[in-house]
Amino acid sequence: MAEDVKKIMFTVRKPPHGSIYVYEGLEVKLIMAAYDADISVVFIDDGVFAVKKGQDTKALGIKGFAATYGVLVDYEITKVYVDRQSMESRGMSEEDLLVIGEDEDTEEPITPQVVDSDEIAAMMAEQHNILAF
Amino acid sequence: MLHTVNKSPFQNTSLESCIRFTLPGDIILLLEDGVFAAQVGTSKSDLLESAMKKNEVYALEADLKARALTNLVPGVKITDYAGFVDLVEKHSTHAWL
Amino acid sequence: MKLAVCIYEGPYNHEASDSAYHFIQAAVQKGHEIKGIFFYHDGVYNVTKLMEPPQDDRHIANRWAELGATGIDIVVCIAAAKRRGIVDEVLVPNVRISGLGQLTMMAIEADRLVVFGD
Repeated sequence: MAEDVKKIMFTVRKPPHGSIYVYEGLEVKLIMAAYDADISVVFIDDGVFAVKKGQDTKALGIKGFAATYGVLVDYEITKVYVDRQSMESRGMSEEDLLVIGEDEDTEEPITPQVVDSDEIAAMMAEQHNILAF
Repeated sequence: MLHTVNKSPFQNTSLESCIRFTLPGDIILLLEDGVFAAQVGTSKSDLLESAMKKNEVYALEADLKARALTNLVPGVKITDYAGFVDLVEKHSTHAWL
Repeated sequence: MKLAVCIYEGPYNHEASDSAYHFIQAAVQKGHEIKGIFFYHDGVYNVTKLMEPPQDDRHIANRWAELGATGIDIVVCIAAAKRRGIVDEVLVPNVRISGLGQLTMMAIEADRLVVFGD
Protein backbone atom coordinates (compact mmCIF):
# COMPACT_ATOMS: atom_id res chain seq x y z
CA MET A 1 0.00 0.00 0.00
CA ALA A 2 1.34 3.40 -1.00
CA GLU A 3 2.54 5.61 1.82
CA ASP A 4 0.12 8.42 1.02
CA VAL A 5 -2.93 6.19 1.42
CA LYS A 6 -5.00 7.78 4.15
CA LYS A 7 -5.86 5.89 7.32
CA ILE A 8 -9.57 6.06 8.09
CA MET A 9 -10.95 4.46 11.24
CA PHE A 10 -14.54 3.62 12.05
CA THR A 11 -15.51 3.39 15.69
CA VAL A 12 -18.72 1.54 16.54
CA ARG A 13 -20.01 2.31 20.04
CA LYS A 14 -23.77 2.00 19.68
CA PRO A 15 -25.66 -1.22 20.31
CA PRO A 16 -27.25 -2.84 17.25
CA HIS A 17 -30.95 -2.89 16.29
CA GLY A 18 -32.29 -0.35 18.82
CA SER A 19 -31.27 2.33 16.33
CA ILE A 20 -30.03 2.39 12.75
CA TYR A 21 -26.55 3.77 13.41
CA VAL A 22 -24.70 0.45 13.27
CA TYR A 23 -26.55 -0.68 10.14
CA GLU A 24 -26.07 2.52 8.15
CA GLY A 25 -22.55 2.77 9.50
CA LEU A 26 -21.80 -0.60 7.95
CA GLU A 27 -23.03 0.71 4.58
CA VAL A 28 -20.42 3.46 4.79
CA LYS A 29 -17.66 0.93 5.48
CA LEU A 30 -18.60 -1.18 2.47
CA ILE A 31 -18.58 1.85 0.15
CA MET A 32 -15.33 3.21 1.56
CA ALA A 33 -13.69 -0.19 1.10
CA ALA A 34 -13.93 0.36 -2.67
CA TYR A 35 -11.73 3.47 -2.37
CA ASP A 36 -8.04 3.81 -1.82
CA ALA A 37 -8.04 4.11 1.96
CA ASP A 38 -6.47 2.13 4.79
CA ILE A 39 -9.59 1.20 6.73
CA SER A 40 -9.89 -0.11 10.27
CA VAL A 41 -12.99 -0.78 12.34
CA VAL A 42 -13.04 -0.75 16.13
CA PHE A 43 -15.90 -1.96 18.32
CA ILE A 44 -16.03 -0.21 21.68
CA ASP A 45 -18.66 -0.01 24.45
CA ASP A 46 -22.08 -1.29 23.31
CA GLY A 47 -20.67 -1.59 19.80
CA VAL A 48 -19.29 -4.99 20.80
CA PHE A 49 -22.87 -6.31 20.79
CA ALA A 50 -22.89 -5.70 17.02
CA VAL A 51 -20.29 -8.43 16.55
CA LYS A 52 -21.91 -11.04 18.77
CA LYS A 53 -22.58 -14.22 16.83
CA GLY A 54 -26.04 -15.72 16.51
CA GLN A 55 -28.00 -12.49 15.94
CA ASP A 56 -31.43 -13.22 14.43
CA THR A 57 -33.57 -10.22 13.47
CA LYS A 58 -36.23 -12.14 11.55
CA ALA A 59 -38.92 -11.71 14.21
CA LEU A 60 -38.22 -7.96 14.23
CA GLY A 61 -38.91 -7.85 10.52
CA ILE A 62 -35.63 -6.03 9.87
CA LYS A 63 -32.86 -7.15 7.58
CA GLY A 64 -30.07 -7.11 10.11
CA PHE A 65 -26.43 -7.15 9.16
CA ALA A 66 -24.82 -10.21 10.68
CA ALA A 67 -24.52 -11.75 7.19
CA THR A 68 -22.74 -8.65 5.88
CA TYR A 69 -20.34 -8.63 8.82
CA GLY A 70 -19.64 -12.23 7.84
CA VAL A 71 -18.03 -11.11 4.60
CA LEU A 72 -16.07 -8.03 5.74
CA VAL A 73 -12.84 -9.78 4.79
CA ASP A 74 -14.17 -10.24 1.23
CA TYR A 75 -14.46 -6.46 1.08
CA GLU A 76 -10.81 -6.33 2.15
CA ILE A 77 -11.75 -4.92 5.52
CA THR A 78 -9.39 -6.97 7.63
CA LYS A 79 -8.35 -4.57 10.38
CA VAL A 80 -11.27 -5.27 12.68
CA TYR A 81 -10.77 -4.87 16.42
CA VAL A 82 -12.80 -5.33 19.59
CA ASP A 83 -11.97 -3.51 22.81
CA ARG A 84 -11.26 -6.19 25.40
CA GLN A 85 -12.62 -4.31 28.39
CA SER A 86 -15.87 -3.41 26.63
CA MET A 87 -16.33 -7.04 25.62
CA GLU A 88 -15.53 -8.57 28.99
CA SER A 89 -17.58 -6.07 30.98
CA ARG A 90 -20.57 -7.06 28.84
CA GLY A 91 -20.21 -10.73 29.64
CA MET A 92 -18.76 -11.65 26.29
CA SER A 93 -15.60 -13.53 25.39
CA GLU A 94 -13.69 -14.14 22.14
CA GLU A 95 -15.79 -17.26 21.54
CA ASP A 96 -18.90 -15.07 21.29
CA LEU A 97 -17.60 -13.05 18.32
CA LEU A 98 -19.00 -13.62 14.85
CA VAL A 99 -16.86 -14.69 11.92
CA ILE A 100 -15.98 -11.89 9.48
CA GLY A 101 -14.48 -14.07 6.75
CA GLU A 102 -12.00 -16.84 6.20
CA ASP A 103 -8.29 -17.00 5.60
CA GLU A 104 -7.54 -17.21 1.86
CA ASP A 105 -4.95 -19.95 2.25
CA THR A 106 -6.01 -21.99 5.24
CA GLU A 107 -9.78 -21.33 5.01
CA GLU A 108 -9.69 -20.85 8.78
CA PRO A 109 -12.46 -18.55 10.04
CA ILE A 110 -11.37 -15.02 10.93
CA THR A 111 -12.91 -13.19 13.88
CA PRO A 112 -12.30 -9.62 15.05
CA GLN A 113 -9.07 -9.19 16.95
CA VAL A 114 -9.46 -8.48 20.65
CA VAL A 115 -7.11 -5.71 21.78
CA ASP A 116 -6.56 -3.51 24.82
CA SER A 117 -7.58 0.12 25.01
CA ASP A 118 -4.01 1.43 24.93
CA GLU A 119 -3.46 -0.29 21.57
CA ILE A 120 -6.68 1.24 20.26
CA ALA A 121 -5.67 4.66 21.56
CA ALA A 122 -2.35 4.35 19.75
CA MET A 123 -4.14 3.38 16.53
CA MET A 124 -6.55 6.28 16.87
CA ALA A 125 -3.64 8.68 17.11
CA GLU A 126 -2.34 7.48 13.72
CA GLN A 127 -5.56 8.10 11.79
CA HIS A 128 -6.14 10.74 9.16
CA ASN A 129 -9.83 10.86 10.08
CA ILE A 130 -12.19 8.88 12.30
CA LEU A 131 -15.89 8.29 11.68
CA ALA A 132 -17.94 7.34 14.74
CA PHE A 133 -21.12 5.30 14.49
CA MET B 1 -6.26 13.97 19.23
CA LEU B 2 -9.28 16.06 20.06
CA HIS B 3 -12.05 14.06 21.71
CA THR B 4 -15.51 15.61 21.65
CA VAL B 5 -18.06 14.49 24.26
CA ASN B 6 -21.68 15.58 23.90
CA LYS B 7 -23.38 13.36 26.49
CA SER B 8 -24.28 14.11 30.09
CA PRO B 9 -22.07 11.98 32.35
CA PHE B 10 -25.04 11.42 34.63
CA GLN B 11 -26.86 9.41 31.98
CA ASN B 12 -24.19 8.03 29.69
CA THR B 13 -20.69 6.59 29.94
CA SER B 14 -19.25 8.39 26.88
CA LEU B 15 -16.98 10.58 28.98
CA GLU B 16 -15.65 7.60 30.96
CA SER B 17 -14.94 5.74 27.73
CA CYS B 18 -13.32 8.77 26.19
CA ILE B 19 -11.02 9.12 29.20
CA ARG B 20 -10.02 5.47 28.92
CA PHE B 21 -8.82 6.02 25.34
CA THR B 22 -7.08 9.38 25.66
CA LEU B 23 -3.33 9.62 25.42
CA PRO B 24 -1.35 12.18 27.41
CA GLY B 25 -1.60 15.50 25.56
CA ASP B 26 -4.95 14.72 23.97
CA ILE B 27 -7.68 17.32 24.40
CA ILE B 28 -11.24 16.72 25.59
CA LEU B 29 -13.93 19.16 24.45
CA LEU B 30 -17.28 19.06 26.23
CA LEU B 31 -20.19 20.33 24.14
CA GLU B 32 -23.98 20.05 24.03
CA ASP B 33 -25.11 17.92 27.02
CA GLY B 34 -21.46 17.00 27.59
CA VAL B 35 -20.93 20.31 29.41
CA PHE B 36 -22.84 19.02 32.45
CA ALA B 37 -19.62 17.15 33.27
CA ALA B 38 -17.81 20.45 33.81
CA GLN B 39 -19.71 21.37 36.99
CA VAL B 40 -17.83 21.41 40.25
CA GLY B 41 -19.07 19.45 43.28
CA THR B 42 -21.07 16.76 41.51
CA SER B 43 -20.82 12.99 41.67
CA LYS B 44 -18.93 13.18 38.34
CA SER B 45 -16.47 15.94 39.23
CA ASP B 46 -13.88 13.36 40.29
CA LEU B 47 -14.12 11.78 36.86
CA LEU B 48 -13.27 15.05 35.15
CA GLU B 49 -10.53 15.83 37.66
CA SER B 50 -8.91 12.46 36.94
CA ALA B 51 -8.98 13.24 33.22
CA MET B 52 -7.42 16.63 33.81
CA LYS B 53 -4.31 15.02 35.26
CA LYS B 54 -3.25 14.04 31.74
CA ASN B 55 -5.52 15.99 29.41
CA GLU B 56 -6.67 19.56 28.93
CA VAL B 57 -10.44 19.86 29.14
CA TYR B 58 -12.42 22.52 27.31
CA ALA B 59 -16.13 23.30 27.56
CA LEU B 60 -18.13 25.15 24.92
CA GLU B 61 -19.29 28.50 26.25
CA ALA B 62 -22.61 28.65 24.35
CA ASP B 63 -23.63 25.28 25.78
CA LEU B 64 -22.56 26.25 29.33
CA LYS B 65 -24.56 29.49 29.16
CA ALA B 66 -27.63 27.78 27.72
CA ARG B 67 -27.59 25.42 30.72
CA ALA B 68 -26.79 28.04 33.35
CA LEU B 69 -23.56 26.32 34.32
CA THR B 70 -21.19 28.71 36.02
CA ASN B 71 -19.40 26.85 38.82
CA LEU B 72 -16.93 24.72 36.92
CA VAL B 73 -14.24 22.30 38.00
CA PRO B 74 -11.10 24.48 38.36
CA GLY B 75 -8.91 24.19 35.30
CA VAL B 76 -11.67 23.60 32.79
CA LYS B 77 -11.05 26.01 29.92
CA ILE B 78 -14.00 27.80 28.38
CA THR B 79 -13.97 28.17 24.63
CA ASP B 80 -16.25 29.40 21.84
CA TYR B 81 -16.88 27.97 18.37
CA ALA B 82 -13.83 29.80 17.03
CA GLY B 83 -11.76 28.11 19.74
CA PHE B 84 -13.33 24.79 18.78
CA VAL B 85 -12.17 25.38 15.19
CA ASP B 86 -8.65 26.15 16.45
CA LEU B 87 -8.60 22.87 18.39
CA VAL B 88 -9.72 20.98 15.27
CA GLU B 89 -7.00 22.71 13.27
CA LYS B 90 -4.38 21.39 15.69
CA HIS B 91 -5.80 17.86 16.18
CA SER B 92 -7.69 15.20 14.29
CA THR B 93 -10.97 14.50 16.08
CA HIS B 94 -13.03 11.65 17.40
CA ALA B 95 -16.63 12.20 18.45
CA TRP B 96 -17.70 10.06 21.44
CA LEU B 97 -21.34 10.09 20.38
CA MET C 1 -7.05 23.99 6.24
CA LYS C 2 -9.64 21.82 4.49
CA LEU C 3 -12.45 20.81 6.83
CA ALA C 4 -15.42 18.52 6.27
CA VAL C 5 -18.42 18.04 8.50
CA CYS C 6 -20.79 15.09 8.81
CA ILE C 7 -24.17 15.51 10.53
CA TYR C 8 -26.19 12.52 11.74
CA GLU C 9 -29.26 13.98 13.42
CA GLY C 10 -32.37 15.72 12.17
CA PRO C 11 -33.22 19.36 12.87
CA TYR C 12 -34.66 20.66 16.19
CA ASN C 13 -34.83 17.22 17.78
CA HIS C 14 -31.11 17.29 18.57
CA GLU C 15 -28.47 19.97 18.94
CA ALA C 16 -26.10 18.34 16.42
CA SER C 17 -27.31 20.44 13.49
CA ASP C 18 -26.93 23.68 15.48
CA SER C 19 -23.48 22.77 16.77
CA ALA C 20 -22.34 21.90 13.26
CA TYR C 21 -23.74 25.13 11.86
CA HIS C 22 -22.00 27.33 14.45
CA PHE C 23 -18.77 25.37 14.00
CA ILE C 24 -18.85 25.85 10.23
CA GLN C 25 -19.66 29.57 10.55
CA ALA C 26 -16.64 30.00 12.80
CA ALA C 27 -14.43 27.96 10.46
CA VAL C 28 -15.47 30.04 7.44
CA GLN C 29 -14.78 33.25 9.36
CA LYS C 30 -11.29 31.98 10.11
CA GLY C 31 -10.71 31.42 6.40
CA HIS C 32 -10.77 27.64 6.38
CA GLU C 33 -11.98 25.86 3.27
CA ILE C 34 -15.09 23.75 3.87
CA LYS C 35 -14.55 20.72 1.68
CA GLY C 36 -18.12 19.60 2.18
CA ILE C 37 -21.01 19.03 4.53
CA PHE C 38 -22.56 15.56 4.51
CA PHE C 39 -25.98 14.70 5.94
CA TYR C 40 -26.37 11.08 7.01
CA HIS C 41 -28.86 9.03 9.08
CA ASP C 42 -31.78 11.33 10.10
CA GLY C 43 -29.51 14.26 9.21
CA VAL C 44 -31.11 14.16 5.77
CA TYR C 45 -34.19 15.88 7.27
CA ASN C 46 -32.19 19.09 7.81
CA VAL C 47 -32.64 20.41 4.30
CA THR C 48 -36.29 19.88 3.42
CA LYS C 49 -38.14 22.99 2.33
CA LEU C 50 -41.33 21.54 3.82
CA MET C 51 -40.33 22.59 7.33
CA GLU C 52 -42.04 25.67 8.66
CA PRO C 53 -40.76 26.52 12.14
CA PRO C 54 -42.35 29.30 14.23
CA GLN C 55 -41.19 32.74 13.08
CA ASP C 56 -39.31 33.45 16.28
CA ASP C 57 -37.22 30.28 15.88
CA ARG C 58 -34.28 29.65 13.57
CA HIS C 59 -35.11 28.20 10.16
CA ILE C 60 -32.64 25.36 10.01
CA ALA C 61 -33.19 24.37 6.37
CA ASN C 62 -32.89 27.95 5.13
CA ARG C 63 -29.73 28.38 7.17
CA TRP C 64 -28.12 25.44 5.36
CA ALA C 65 -29.38 26.72 1.99
CA GLU C 66 -27.75 30.09 2.70
CA LEU C 67 -24.47 28.38 3.50
CA GLY C 68 -24.82 26.39 0.28
CA ALA C 69 -25.33 29.63 -1.63
CA THR C 70 -21.83 30.71 -0.59
CA GLY C 71 -20.45 27.81 -2.60
CA ILE C 72 -20.06 25.20 0.13
CA ASP C 73 -20.89 21.72 -1.17
CA ILE C 74 -23.78 20.33 0.88
CA VAL C 75 -24.52 16.69 0.20
CA VAL C 76 -27.49 14.60 1.34
CA CYS C 77 -26.81 10.86 1.36
CA ILE C 78 -28.98 9.22 -1.28
CA ALA C 79 -29.35 5.90 0.54
CA ALA C 80 -30.35 7.55 3.82
CA ALA C 81 -32.62 10.02 1.97
CA LYS C 82 -34.48 7.38 -0.02
CA ARG C 83 -35.18 5.42 3.14
CA ARG C 84 -36.75 8.50 4.70
CA GLY C 85 -38.69 9.91 1.76
CA ILE C 86 -36.33 12.78 1.08
CA VAL C 87 -36.11 13.45 -2.67
CA ASP C 88 -34.86 16.32 -4.87
CA GLU C 89 -38.33 17.88 -5.04
CA VAL C 90 -38.43 18.61 -1.29
CA LEU C 91 -34.92 20.00 -0.93
CA VAL C 92 -34.04 23.63 -0.30
CA PRO C 93 -31.78 25.21 -2.97
CA ASN C 94 -27.98 24.81 -2.97
CA VAL C 95 -27.89 21.27 -1.62
CA ARG C 96 -27.63 18.06 -3.60
CA ILE C 97 -28.33 14.37 -3.19
CA SER C 98 -25.40 12.05 -3.82
CA GLY C 99 -23.80 8.82 -2.68
CA LEU C 100 -21.65 7.70 0.21
CA GLY C 101 -18.68 8.04 -2.11
CA GLN C 102 -18.91 11.76 -1.39
CA LEU C 103 -18.47 11.14 2.32
CA THR C 104 -15.54 8.88 1.51
CA MET C 105 -13.89 11.61 -0.55
CA MET C 106 -14.45 14.12 2.25
CA ALA C 107 -12.89 11.74 4.78
CA ILE C 108 -9.88 11.21 2.54
CA GLU C 109 -9.38 14.68 1.06
CA ALA C 110 -10.26 16.90 4.00
CA ASP C 111 -7.50 17.51 6.53
CA ARG C 112 -10.10 17.15 9.27
CA LEU C 113 -13.50 15.51 9.35
CA VAL C 114 -15.71 16.53 12.27
CA VAL C 115 -18.76 14.44 13.15
CA PHE C 116 -21.84 15.87 14.87
CA GLY C 117 -24.47 13.40 16.05
CA ASP C 118 -26.26 11.82 18.98
